[in-house]
Amino acid sequence: MGKGSGEGVYIAGVAETPLGEVYDHSEFSMVAVAAREALAEAGMTLRDVDALFVNYMGEEGSVQLGEYLGIHPRYADSSDLGGAAFEAFVHHAMVAINASRCEVALIAFASRQRTRRGRRHVHPADPLSLTAQFDNPYGPAMPISYYALVAARHMYEYGTSSEQLAEVAVAARRWAQLNPKAWSRDPLTVEDVLSSKMVSDPLHRLDCCLITDGGGVVILTNAARARNAAKRSIRVLGAGEGHTHWHLSQMPDLTISPGVISSREAFGMAGVTPSDVDLVEPYDAFTISVIMHLEDLGFCKKGEGGAFVAAGRLGPGGALPCMTSGGGLSYNHPGALGILLLVEAVRQLRRECGPRQVPNAQIAVAHGMGGFFSVASTVVLARE
Amino acid sequence: MTDEARLSYGDPITAPFWQGAEQHRLLIQCCRTCGAHQFYPRPFCLNCQSDLVEWVEAAGTATVYSLTTVRLPVSPEFNPPYRVAVVQLDEGPRMLTNIIGGECRIGDCVRVQWRERNGAPPLPVFEPVASEPGHNDGQTA
Repeated sequence: MGKGSGEGVYIAGVAETPLGEVYDHSEFSMVAVAAREALAEAGMTLRDVDALFVNYMGEEGSVQLGEYLGIHPRYADSSDLGGAAFEAFVHHAMVAINASRCEVALIAFASRQRTRRGRRHVHPADPLSLTAQFDNPYGPAMPISYYALVAARHMYEYGTSSEQLAEVAVAARRWAQLNPKAWSRDPLTVEDVLSSKMVSDPLHRLDCCLITDGGGVVILTNAARARNAAKRSIRVLGAGEGHTHWHLSQMPDLTISPGVISSREAFGMAGVTPSDVDLVEPYDAFTISVIMHLEDLGFCKKGEGGAFVAAGRLGPGGALPCMTSGGGLSYNHPGALGILLLVEAVRQLRRECGPRQVPNAQIAVAHGMGGFFSVASTVVLARE
Repeated sequence: MTDEARLSYGDPITAPFWQGAEQHRLLIQCCRTCGAHQFYPRPFCLNCQSDLVEWVEAAGTATVYSLTTVRLPVSPEFNPPYRVAVVQLDEGPRMLTNIIGGECRIGDCVRVQWRERNGAPPLPVFEPVASEPGHNDGQTA
């Protein structure tokens, strides 16, 4: 599969920032803590970094963070692809490293959306924008109502049930109970989800992700540099991205996400298929998201995701472990979960995960999403 | 809002839509080359790339493509619960909107109504049509 062992791109270090409620840090200092930890895993320091990939760190984010960390990159990218930016950054960094435009890429994000109470349900749109003219006057709860509209259509076309959506939240919680860093660890049943307050039909409060502080850092490098890492490096076998719409009215089909595009690209580059994959870290902002992702990535057929996630398939001991950290639903959701999906996938492939370790994990997929099923990005990782 | 301000509502490309709204006319674009309709407006046809797009009045009838009831407070101007929908116009394009009036489900037929606003042109919303449900279910977009 892929190129020979002398080539390739590797994740050589990962770290979470402080998580949960973070009162004693700024977003930049959170990244600094995680960056030094991730670089230590890679056997490197900030001096080794020559490429910076950042989203949601302010205007000209890579420029601001570069200054803070003392990095003067020769390759930089602050593309705003929402929560999907980070798997897309692996794609971009992989291409840049393979073209010898950089050697050590640092991907970073941190947020204090919980302690800053920064979350709003209205899209902060310019009054002259299309969003302000054609979406906001109708009062959708942003982003919950958009996901609710997708879920409602999926239910209408395929008979997907609220119980099946709830199974996703239950699987995430069972993983979270095995992760000491998870925010929500109390037992959770399908009935608990169904009896939680309805926020935007058919989504209940417990169909929705957490709002926490958090973030992470991922270090990518070439094969030669990866050999000097302090921990096992994990090979990037393939990566892909795509986007299809910004306004939900422009989504070609409410039941099909651009994950179809990103996974086709990533699996094609990796030379693997879903049946080769040992675990998936799908961006679980909402329960419906996981069902859509598994369908669009080809783990089951379109429309069969509801039945697929039932009976504990995604949970500990299930046939397809998903959200093994507890995910955005129960572990942490700092507003852009994508970076933490990579962190968890790498730790699983290194087999560092203790009670939640997926046995013999060899190939993992991290699947990011941004906007309202607007952007998708897929990364296939392998333990060599 | 002055007449002048109302007539310049939106942006230079969308202004004709809002001028139509002032007269309770639901305007969308139609391509003179391929016949495709589109909404929101662009200066070209998304379907065939032609420059020859013109404004036409939509029939004002649509099918509910998806539907949610918002039950949490979004901002002071909205009082939950209320319904947000994606509707598919009979001409093909989809719009985000509100559903007003009686009971409504995905697949139901709806018709445009106009909500008067302070400081902005009337807003198109949709209400159920009493007759039989679903002349199409939106799958043939």
